[in-house]
Amino acid sequence: MADDIQALSAAAAAAAIADGGLARAELFEHYRARAAADELNAFTWVAEDEPTVINGPLGGVPLAVKDLFCTEGIPSQAGSKILERYCPPYTATAVANLAAAGAPLLGKTNQDEFAMGSSNENSAYGPVLNPWDRSRVPGGSSGGSAAAVAAGLAPWALGTDTGGSIRQPASLCGIVGLKPTYGAVSRYGMIAFASSLDSAGPLTRDVTDAALFYRNLVGRDSADATSVAFPGPIDLPTSERLDGITLAVPTALVDGEGIEAGVRESFEASLETARELGATIVGCEIPSAPYALSAYYVIAPAEASSNLARFDGVRYGLRTEASTLDAMYTQTRHDGFGAEVKRRILIGTYALSSGYYDAYYGRAQRVRTVVSRELAEIFTKADFIATPTSPTVAFRLGERTADPLAMYLSDLFTIPMSLAGTPAISIPSGLSEGLPVGLQICGPAFSENRILDAAHALERAIGFDGAAARSGGV
Amino acid sequence: MAKAELEPVIGLEIHVQLRTATKMFCGCALGFGEPPNTRTCPVCLGLPGALPVANAEAIHYGLLIGLALNSTLAPVSTFHRKNYFYPDLPKGYQISQFDLPLCSGGKLGEVNIHRVHLEEDAAKLNHVGVGGRIDQANSSIVDFNRGGTPLAEIVTEPELSSAEQAGQWLRLLRTTLRTLGVSDVNMEEGSLRCDANISLRPAGSDQLGVKTELKNMNSFRFIERGIRAEVERQRALIEAGEEVVQETLHFDPRSEAITSLRSKEEAHDYRYFPEPDLPPVVISESMLSRAAAELPELPAAREQRYIEQQSLSAESARMLAWRAELGDYFDAVCEADRSLDAQAAANWVAELQGRLGDQEAEDSKVSASALAQLAALVASSKINQGGARQVLDQLVNEGGEPAAIVADQGLEAVGGAEQLAPIVAAALEANPELTERLRSGEMKPIGVIVGEVMKQTRGRADGEQVTALIREQLGLS
Repeated sequence: MADDIQALSAAAAAAAIADGGLARAELFEHYRARAAADELNAFTWVAEDEPTVINGPLGGVPLAVKDLFCTEGIPSQAGSKILERYCPPYTATAVANLAAAGAPLLGKTNQDEFAMGSSNENSAYGPVLNPWDRSRVPGGSSGGSAAAVAAGLAPWALGTDTGGSIRQPASLCGIVGLKPTYGAVSRYGMIAFASSLDSAGPLTRDVTDAALFYRNLVGRDSADATSVAFPGPIDLPTSERLDGITLAVPTALVDGEGIEAGVRESFEASLETARELGATIVGCEIPSAPYALSAYYVIAPAEASSNLARFDGVRYGLRTEASTLDAMYTQTRHDGFGAEVKRRILIGTYALSSGYYDAYYGRAQRVRTVVSRELAEIFTKADFIATPTSPTVAFRLGERTADPLAMYLSDLFTIPMSLAGTPAISIPSGLSEGLPVGLQICGPAFSENRILDAAHALERAIGFDGAAARSGGV
Repeated sequence: MAKAELEPVIGLEIHVQLRTATKMFCGCALGFGEPPNTRTCPVCLGLPGALPVANAEAIHYGLLIGLALNSTLAPVSTFHRKNYFYPDLPKGYQISQFDLPLCSGGKLGEVNIHRVHLEEDAAKLNHVGVGGRIDQANSSIVDFNRGGTPLAEIVTEPELSSAEQAGQWLRLLRTTLRTLGVSDVNMEEGSLRCDANISLRPAGSDQLGVKTELKNMNSFRFIERGIRAEVERQRALIEAGEEVVQETLHFDPRSEAITSLRSKEEAHDYRYFPEPDLPPVVISESMLSRAAAELPELPAAREQRYIEQQSLSAESARMLAWRAELGDYFDAVCEADRSLDAQAAANWVAELQGRLGDQEAEDSKVSASALAQLAALVASSKINQGGARQVLDQLVNEGGEPAAIVADQGLEAVGGAEQLAPIVAAALEANPELTERLRSGEMKPIGVIVGEVMKQTRGRADGEQVTALIREQLGLS
């Protein structure tokens, strides 16, 4: 029976509960026990009992939530020591929306500190292991969420994506990850990293789960002034063909150095599959792409340096006592933040400083405008842009920690969409030397329904099997 | 060496707490002395994950202020983050406006306005221990009830030239804001706070000297005293051949001492950047027309109206227009008796206010209709000035109807030659020696005769009329 439950996608489990074939409590306990026995360090907190469940379209299928989201009375530590044991007095809108639709909270998942990282090695609560190979990283920053879903410790998980933090770990763990259009999902209660880039979205076993999850996640929130109403409902995808669809491939970007042969091979195979499904493949250029990464690593740290100023030891979280106010601030932030967070606060503070603002932040914002314009231009000629999600498969723990720039290159393919605020999905396209490779499909703002449809057709044709990882998490 | 006369150049920065129902960026009601930290929420406490949402009513109030100050209202303005660490600033930044404020330019009275922008107030710090500052305190506790209260910051051009002018202009601004109904504008309670930028330059120069900023003076008296003290300090420095240093200063009203808070080198780099959590503020036609429709008559316009339509003296017009409550009371007096001469009514309102001190006329025992009646009794010579003042005293103390008081106390004027002439004649007859001196052209004793007549009439005679009768009876002119 346990194996049967484990084999069910979230949508299938919800259907089984709805038709009486599966008890909700049994499903919850199945995943609760697995999460509690987690050997990947994917969870930072696991529920002891099933919370009150609201009857809704998510059918009682339990939910893992990235620790970046505030959950009332439950530790919400954002992977940081400065928020150790911090329990907020309120719950994030995204989590509340999913709970209201019938997804009870199973646990909180590990992450890079304040979502800054691409390997989950920047967590104050230790690294997360990749269920495909425990000597490797799961990606980041939503590494705990991705590993939990891939290892079958959770049916699905909520993550966040600022520069690739849903898509890249989804890719490295062989699951589906959707980064929404900026503003489609409320950020209220999601601990801010880079406000103009942060978005919340699903990490799931398959595209149908992603659509079911996402349709209950979107919505204008009066508590988030940057949120917008999604134009129309999110549909469950049904497409099996890509007839009439044009996929644009940014040739220079994809042919660049640093992309692994196995990743390129899997990507080429995906394009061939798309052709067989009826799609037309064309080349395109994103001339500003080489600058996008640089612009991102100015804008995101600049906003982060301000967003993280509230962690000052005065009201909540860690405080290191000292003899003066300034010493208390300095010592608290010295003790509470990890090296990568400090690095980005320094970069961001410098970029916003009087006399440097125009040269760094101002110029980076102009690059952002150019990237948006170039993507919009491509979308006048093609339905989607396709790239590998990550230039590499999961790398070894410790392999890149000494080289921040190499780590930053993990986000090469995901960052342009983050800057443009456009939606993108990562789906598994196959294995390279036994490790998952991800395919990224991006469309214009609010094209999630079309993206999910195309991803659904490709998913069926590719026939990726993640079962190998689902037995390895405990 | 002849020294050029030095003239002060003063600009003001005024922070006005807006009287909206809720805070600038969250739904908390504004605090009015509730127990500490009871008017708070995740947003105004700066909790992780909380986001601001701009208060539409505060923007409306900002537009009202902009219209009242004849400012240019920006079709699109933006919020910025002003970053610095302090325990009264829970997010580590204040949401304010920077290069695109809600209102630019404008003029009030003779003073040009530089800009008006919206921002949020800081929380309140209470320092426990010896000194009044955080580095001297044993501990400091924060009350976040005030944190997030909407503020309008109004900045003038540096065009004021004396402490008195600054104080007087600030009173006009306060009345304007009070008339708009956007703020309590109470300096003691902190809903109106003023900083002054002060420099000196040779009279007639168009260059600005090095300025200092004098912070947070919390009453009109302190503002005038503070500016005066700082002008004198700078003047002494310059005359001694020393240089004024650009710095932020604190004025202690008790000792009148001016101390430095921080120098130019210690000034913060606030690292302003556009607030990514808030979309730009876009002012629609309907927002503009709503603000325009709600704009009441403002003091400057009222002053003009009093002068042009009711022929008041400039002094009376300004007194009544710049103090809106008093102007309203004056209007009610005129309304109660439309035959009254407006200037006479204004004089009686001034007479009343002089007796009331800080109390407002409308809160006194003297109703507007009673004051109108009193003015009418004087105008029709039913009572004289002295009698009327007696009646007013009684009205202030006990209230009542002027006519009844006059009848009760027998204060009717004794008037007309036929009534007064025999009394004057009797007084002259009773004082033959003085009468003789008057006849010889020595006018000094006339006061004694007038006094005698007043005594006989128990003060109800009109002094001028008595004097005229004395002259007439002695054939003096």
